[in-house]
Amino acid sequence: MSFRTPGKVAYINARLLDPASGLDAKGNLITDGETIAAMGAGVSAPADAEIIDCKGACLAPGLVDMRVQLREPGEEHKETLASAGEAAVAGGVTTMVCLPNTDPVIDDIAAVEFVARIARKNGLAKVYPYAAATKGLEGKELAEIGMLAEAGALGFTDGTKAIANALMMRRALSYAATFGLLIVQHPEEPSLAGGVMNEGELSTRLGLSGISNAAEAIMLERDIRLLAGTGARYHAAHVSTAEGVELIRQAKKRGLKITCDTAPPYFALNELAVGDYRTFSKLSPPLRSEDDRLAIVEGLKDGTIDAIASDHAPQDQDGKRLPFAQAEFGGVGLETLLQVSLELFHNEQMSLLQVIDRLTLSPARLLGLKAGTLTKGAPADLVIFNPDRAGKVNPARFRSKSKNSPFDGRPVQGRVLRTVVDGRSVFTADD
Amino acid sequence: MTDMTYPHRHLLGIEGLSPLEISYLLDRSERFVEVSRGSDRKGNSLHGKTVINLFFENSTRTRTSFELAAQRLGADVINMTVGSSSVAKGETLIDTATTLNAMHIDVLVVRHADSGAAKLLSEKVNCAVINAGDGQHEHPTQALLDALTIRRRKGRLDGLSVAICGDVRHSRVARSNIHLLNVMGAHVRLVAPKTLLPSKAETLGVEVFHNMKEGLKDVDIVMMLRLQNERMTSSFIPSIREYFHFFGLDYDKLSAAKPDALVMHPGPMNRGVEIDSDVADDLERSMIREQVEMGVAVRMACLEVLTANLGKAS
Repeated sequence: MSFRTPGKVAYINARLLDPASGLDAKGNLITDGETIAAMGAGVSAPADAEIIDCKGACLAPGLVDMRVQLREPGEEHKETLASAGEAAVAGGVTTMVCLPNTDPVIDDIAAVEFVARIARKNGLAKVYPYAAATKGLEGKELAEIGMLAEAGALGFTDGTKAIANALMMRRALSYAATFGLLIVQHPEEPSLAGGVMNEGELSTRLGLSGISNAAEAIMLERDIRLLAGTGARYHAAHVSTAEGVELIRQAKKRGLKITCDTAPPYFALNELAVGDYRTFSKLSPPLRSEDDRLAIVEGLKDGTIDAIASDHAPQDQDGKRLPFAQAEFGGVGLETLLQVSLELFHNEQMSLLQVIDRLTLSPARLLGLKAGTLTKGAPADLVIFNPDRAGKVNPARFRSKSKNSPFDGRPVQGRVLRTVVDGRSVFTADD
Repeated sequence: MTDMTYPHRHLLGIEGLSPLEISYLLDRSERFVEVSRGSDRKGNSLHGKTVINLFFENSTRTRTSFELAAQRLGADVINMTVGSSSVAKGETLIDTATTLNAMHIDVLVVRHADSGAAKLLSEKVNCAVINAGDGQHEHPTQALLDALTIRRRKGRLDGLSVAICGDVRHSRVARSNIHLLNVMGAHVRLVAPKTLLPSKAETLGVEVFHNMKEGLKDVDIVMMLRLQNERMTSSFIPSIREYFHFFGLDYDKLSAAKPDALVMHPGPMNRGVEIDSDVADDLERSMIREQVEMGVAVRMACLEVLTANLGKAS
């Protein structure tokens, strides 16, 4: 399916937020076709342009969500590329990068091309896949990393599984460095990750088996040592502990090519959300202590943590309506990514522009994507949002097929009004 | 008195040899190229000498080449391979050496899967030892025959640009060639995925590349290395097709080299793995058959020089 090339559109009376230039000012933005033609305070709308009055709302680059699980192919009852695409644009996400843990696994060129083709046909948020670092995500043999990158894979990861064997990780880093490619790790030592929630007082009281912070620290420390010898590019996904943030902070100081992201649950929630065995709060890595949460916020503030990703992990009712220990890990996040991230701004922990940077430009840069800026000539991928509008997270209204949000019922501030992909409005709020 | 131009009892490796010594061995080899091409290939400079080919690793080409070289010089040659020797019965490397030594042999040609094995043997015997490949360490006669091939085609080694491509990490051929080419004034580049390069490769005095077209740009010589099949299962590389796609030598990648660049391979080749058949069989570019021919000549020269030294030394 092809889409009609959009004409000129003028977004007027906007609060322009461009992390690339540091711009946070009132102004207009003009798109022509699929790209940004002009923006700034003095820019006026061309006579032949369609006018969209932002009425003072924020206009920022569309969000770049660098970690989502899309479940298609293989588990379409939980999510499809189409339903995730709808959820993404409703959340202001214009680019998402999906994990290879589908069925079949994205470890061959055909699977990479399948995702790209279906996403293009849907015409919603852009989708780029990570491909498997090892064949079948089995951690035993390298996947065809070079050819998969040529086919469009943005990075290489074993998804929700750590690349556990140290020699395998070393080879993967070395081999990826041959082509300058990125290895993305789920930083958790598997032999220490047999539990179901954070290890501590609460797990003891609830009688649930715990996962200690050491599981994250040990894997990160090991990987950092391997990284130092290989000169590779390494990205740690969803960092959740104070120790993890500190290890990455020090590795960055040493000049290693290391980046990391976290997800909203890790800076907006702590282990108490598990409360009365709430399976929607069963995440991987687990929700940590309040001290860890504060360390994550600190890491986001000082730039140790490069990006905020939704870590969108759809699970159906069958997977969550179970005793806590038996329930699946993961929570949906595409539709709450912006709202919950804005808490960092409302709590005066970060500026609005900083929050937008971690959601747009910073992940785009580390992935090598041409996205996340309002620069002239950049793709017209935009989000218009009201940062203050109060509401409540209501999974019943989610476009995602799965409703397992750890933020279910949470009062939030911020609402996406319109999402634009390649100059086309793909989402408009209905009220 | 030993031959002052090559004053060594053994040939264990290229590392440590001087340009003069290498040139001398190459000059001596030239003569045997003519002998081998002539109608009477039988000499007698090794008449009454005994050469043992002691091969702990299977090899048809190298063993045959040494055998032929020794026979053409009039020596008595015995081949011992691991399957038929007492090594299989548990005899140690040194036991084997002392046993052979007691039989009054003149030259021991050794191939072994362990680096340093030839050196160890050389310390336990009275005869000359030629290293025919020890583990991932050295294969000096291969480097000499490669050098002879290049020198005859290009007229020199000095100033040439040579790209050694492929599994450098596990290659004794690469190590010997790097030492020889460096000391003779050639510029050596290595082209391989990072997983197939030894650590600190650049300390060998080479330029390291991970992209064939960049690494082959304007080189005079492209040396391909053999890729062992077990490298896939141990995850040095993902698959043969990916390896061939990025690192297999085809005309497209070769086009980055000089128009008259020559292609070499120590054999046996894996067609469609490290080299495309079209390139391997290109009579204009491929030196692969000539390398085999030079091999016999180089080994004749080495055998003659070492046995001559042996006589004079005592």
